[in-house]
Amino acid sequence: MKTVQFDALIIGAGGAGMNAALQLADAQLQVAVVSKVFPTRSHTVAAQGGVNAALGNVMADKWHWHMFDTVKGSDYLGDQDAIEHMCREAIPTVYELEHNGVPFSRLDNGKIYQRPFGGQSQEFGGKQAARTCAAADRTGHAILHSLYQQNIRAKTHFFDEYFAVDLIRDEEGFILGVLALEIATGEPILIESKATLIATGGGGQVYRTTSNAHINTGDGMAMALRAGIPLQDMEFFQFHPTGIAGKGMLITEGVRGEGGYLINSEGERFMERYASMAKDLASRDVVSRAIVTEINEGRGCGPNKDHVLLKVDHLGEEVVAKRLPSIRESSRIFAGIDPVEEPIPVFPTAHYMMGGIPTDRFARVVMPLGEEQDEQNAVIPGLYAAGECACASVHGANRLGGNSLLDILVFGRLAGKDIIDYVKNNPEHRPLNQASVDRALYRLNRWELPPEGEALSVNELRCELQKLMEDHAGVFRSEEVMQKGVLKLQALRKKLAQVRLQHRGKVFNTARIEALELENLFDIGMAIAVAAANRKESRGAHARPDYPKRDDQNWMKHSLYFQQGDRLSYKAVRSTPLSVESFPPKERIY
Amino acid sequence: MSRLTPAEEKARLRWQCRRGLLELDFILAEFLEQHYDDLSDALQQQFVCLLEQSDPDLQRWLISAELTDFLELREVIGLIRRL
Repeated sequence: MKTVQFDALIIGAGGAGMNAALQLADAQLQVAVVSKVFPTRSHTVAAQGGVNAALGNVMADKWHWHMFDTVKGSDYLGDQDAIEHMCREAIPTVYELEHNGVPFSRLDNGKIYQRPFGGQSQEFGGKQAARTCAAADRTGHAILHSLYQQNIRAKTHFFDEYFAVDLIRDEEGFILGVLALEIATGEPILIESKATLIATGGGGQVYRTTSNAHINTGDGMAMALRAGIPLQDMEFFQFHPTGIAGKGMLITEGVRGEGGYLINSEGERFMERYASMAKDLASRDVVSRAIVTEINEGRGCGPNKDHVLLKVDHLGEEVVAKRLPSIRESSRIFAGIDPVEEPIPVFPTAHYMMGGIPTDRFARVVMPLGEEQDEQNAVIPGLYAAGECACASVHGANRLGGNSLLDILVFGRLAGKDIIDYVKNNPEHRPLNQASVDRALYRLNRWELPPEGEALSVNELRCELQKLMEDHAGVFRSEEVMQKGVLKLQALRKKLAQVRLQHRGKVFNTARIEALELENLFDIGMAIAVAAANRKESRGAHARPDYPKRDDQNWMKHSLYFQQGDRLSYKAVRSTPLSVESFPPKERIY
Repeated sequence: MSRLTPAEEKARLRWQCRRGLLELDFILAEFLEQHYDDLSDALQQQFVCLLEQSDPDLQRWLISAELTDFLELREVIGLIRRL
């Protein structure tokens, strides 16, 4: 098997991975970036909103206010040391991007323009702040593009269209690199590294209806699980109330802002019953739960009664054409209707995961040493995670707009800086562990073994998984629904052993990749379902009808899911910031 | 890499249809599976060239219906938008 060695290995070429790679390559380290798609096609491109940093260019702002907003937004589950660190580092991170060529929109005085966004305040909950830096409406792409070009200049080695199969680790728990698959040839390659960063993004594809691209299958998180590393706070998944039913693409809140409203199969404007004042403009989680409740109670629309309708036609063609042109195009293309004439079928769409691989504020992966709860968390030497696949935890139970790009950029950069020191202190490759390589190779090849019993197809099983997750670990989270979900998922997971490839070619065999991705989806789906079923409170994105209140007494703690035995453990929230006073938990009112 | 067979070339394109935006995943993959085989060589070449473009550009041309400056891509874009 082909084997190569690098100082540092980065899995994933979104904003986090590429910002880390740039730090390393500029420090003259040999850096490999493995990406299953061409780097500028990473999902970072979908982040069009912008990146938060308290630059104070439009009005007064301080990192301390940004920190308060983030702690409050997290529903007090975020770690305050990591949040302080992120909000302070936001400022140099944005300036560094500016110097690297990101074309931020500017004010007349030449400074970076900043726009107001929900959840931003001045003076700790006072007036609206303007904190979000953007590059027109293509911030994510502009950042990816600049970082990619800079990495090419700095001679980062890109393994484009290589799929990372599994981490290679030794008996002591050190990560030695990764086994990857060259998609073009179907040949495996072993990439050995002194330090490894997982930056593979989220896993929205675990749900039937998601706004995430097809590439978002939680690969890095699942690799961590299989290497014995837990995932943290996986029960916290942000849903957007209005995705196109059955497809998932977002229909912006702006539609309801312009006067659009939701109706059920009886034509009733049902949000009036759930939020008499705010109605269709109630917060995302309230609207999402209302939609699912209507469907569960038999008032869904369509032949399968599995969605509700977003009515816009009363606004008239002129308003729709002028103020909501992209929605009209999206509805035509993906729902096959013209919203000027017919309502849009919608369902809550899985959007962003707050949980992930547990890290400290330097993006170093941490995990409990023993089986005891609250045992001190130890750093896994040389292993890092950053971006949506990681949990630092800066978003806690709920992420604020403009903080996701910030998270990937800050922690990608910090990971890069820390890896430079790590490699300086650990200049030698550790000896390869052949048993670990063999396990990864088995996982890669086992889809072609003779089937035991009936051979199942990837597609079939993926659809079943996605529907199960939507029904049992989605928006509506009662005890019964979730406990049933865990059992069903455990049963369905067993069927994975029967999946076989229908096509065994080597060249661009996408079926093989989809099989590996399906296994990853099962791994993270299980983490979500188990963690959700066990958190008996409502906090941030995790809302339970049977435990409607936040319970700081018992539940101000992070969950840790371990794959072996589907076991959960918990660890305390780090409520002590680095240099300022702690923000004690308060009721979250906006 | 040696020359790809037509089936391998289609498999390659299938992977090129994996994008950063869900909307493009749907549009491009559906077009590839349902219409690509029936296209003329010239239009197939246009589609291959289209896949090389950036996601925000594809979004503008295929979803927001903005006209592209790439004259040589207009035909395939028009076709995708009609189908």
